[in-house]
Amino acid sequence: MFELIKNLGTWLTSASQWAGQDGIAHRLTEHLQYSLLATLIAAAIGLPVGLLIGHTGKGAFLAINLASFGRALPTVGLVVLVFLAGGLSMLPVYVALVALAVPAIVTNTYAGMTAVDPDVRDAARGQGMRGHQVLLQVELPLALPLIMTGLRLALIQVVATATIAAYVSFGGLGRYVFDGLAQRDLVQVLGGAVLVALVAVVLDLLLSTLQRFLFLPHSRLRSSGGTPTRTA
Amino acid sequence: MIQFDAVHKRFPNGTTAVHDLSLEMPEGGVTVLVGSSGCGKTTTLRMINRMIEPTSGTIRVNGEDVTRQDAAELRRSIGYVIQQAGLFPHRTVLDNIATVPLLLGWNRKKARARAAELLETVGLAADAGKRYPHQLSGGQQQRVGVARALAADPPVLLMDEPFGAVDPVVRTQLQDELLRLQKELNKTIVFVTHDVDEAVRLGDRIAIFRTGGHLVQCAPPAELLARPADDFVADFLGAERGLKLLSLRTLAGVPQGPAPEGGAWSLVLDAGRRPLHWASKSTDAELPVRALKDTDSLLSALDESIASPTGLVARVDAEGVLTGVSSRDDIHVHAGQAHTEARAVAA
Repeated sequence: MFELIKNLGTWLTSASQWAGQDGIAHRLTEHLQYSLLATLIAAAIGLPVGLLIGHTGKGAFLAINLASFGRALPTVGLVVLVFLAGGLSMLPVYVALVALAVPAIVTNTYAGMTAVDPDVRDAARGQGMRGHQVLLQVELPLALPLIMTGLRLALIQVVATATIAAYVSFGGLGRYVFDGLAQRDLVQVLGGAVLVALVAVVLDLLLSTLQRFLFLPHSRLRSSGGTPTRTA
Repeated sequence: MIQFDAVHKRFPNGTTAVHDLSLEMPEGGVTVLVGSSGCGKTTTLRMINRMIEPTSGTIRVNGEDVTRQDAAELRRSIGYVIQQAGLFPHRTVLDNIATVPLLLGWNRKKARARAAELLETVGLAADAGKRYPHQLSGGQQQRVGVARALAADPPVLLMDEPFGAVDPVVRTQLQDELLRLQKELNKTIVFVTHDVDEAVRLGDRIAIFRTGGHLVQCAPPAELLARPADDFVADFLGAERGLKLLSLRTLAGVPQGPAPEGGAWSLVLDAGRRPLHWASKSTDAELPVRALKDTDSLLSALDESIASPTGLVARVDAEGVLTGVSSRDDIHVHAGQAHTEARAVAA
């Protein structure tokens, strides 16, 4: 056991392991690329949907259930399915990661919108704001802390799951896990897993600090509206 | 002027909120809509700025049918104050007040300047403008709500139980402020409340609603108190409606004489002839005195005449200097006359 940890330390810190095509630096960049792009696509889908159902109050049931359905999909199964249907490309990986991220974004955006005080929304309309003005000037800013929470949760889930890119022969930190398994190299498997966990934790800390800093001036009232919906 | 003509509102769930309402709310006056909850008073108010659409009938503001106007533009031209103020928590007080001017396309500098001016109008310190709503007390938030409604100087002001959520002391202050503002601004105000005392205090006319959205009676407060249309109105106004009527009359006409010298109690004055307290001749006892001005109500005079050990009410001028005393009998006679007159006017 001690030997394993020692070897893992050597593996993680040796300069040669960080350099080159198969180096940690390159794999890390790939991993972040996959994760950020997938989260961005998920945001482009999830944010408008969450905002729209929150603003109109219509379709909430359908959207939330679809989101839960997406959450329940087995990610690896989805990758294999799209892979079989569409052949070898990054598409199956992105489809699976986006499907994983959308629920967290939709449910938290919707939760943020429903947490907006109805009196405030009523006052906004009563002062003569049109629908889009109520949405952009009042609802969106007030829902923003929860929307940010949704994006953060989505990104972290995606980071943790982006290892599957390696499953269909692409890069990312999953490379070490799958290669290690094939080569029965436990140190490499463990190294990959530890790196993924580290990236997720660091991103979470970074984003939650940013979030706290952004909403400092009037955070007391804004955060009292509701609690984030965990989807993990 | 706001005119309701045969207005009916039935909600999709089948309840009738407003039943065949025809009512005029005169220009430059305060019309108070009262009634217990579910009587349709708030629905009536919200139909004026189309927050709720009538099922049938027409509502005109200054002669124009509201349903013929763009809803958002209509609302920008009508001030709207709601309970709990409904301020935007993410905007500073100043930006909250500047909402409608900005929607109307004023530039930011002009809108902020107007907002700063209004802070003073509603009795808030200039540095309150930079704060966020949650940093203010309930009463202060309500003042900001009024300032926001007044920002674009609309001729009509709709107020939906604006002072319902503040404590009684602050409520009285806010009512006084509203009366003072109204003297200056002369807006056409529609005010919803379930508090009869508030209605009597603020209203030039009071419209009483019964559950099911029926308007029962609409009249000036004195007439309403002196001649309630039916038992429902009488019950709603309460058993003390005779006393409430006295709150509308001032002490001005009640005769006064010099303060008595002999007797068991004497009125002690300070060097500037301002009343201090009643002092007993036989013991060392002192009782407080509440000196009243001509503008104080007959109701407070009656109250003071009961509390006073001599049955006499000390009268003072605007500076608080004693002008004389009025007897319990004189106050009583005037109270009786007030009722007789109110009935005669109403009849």
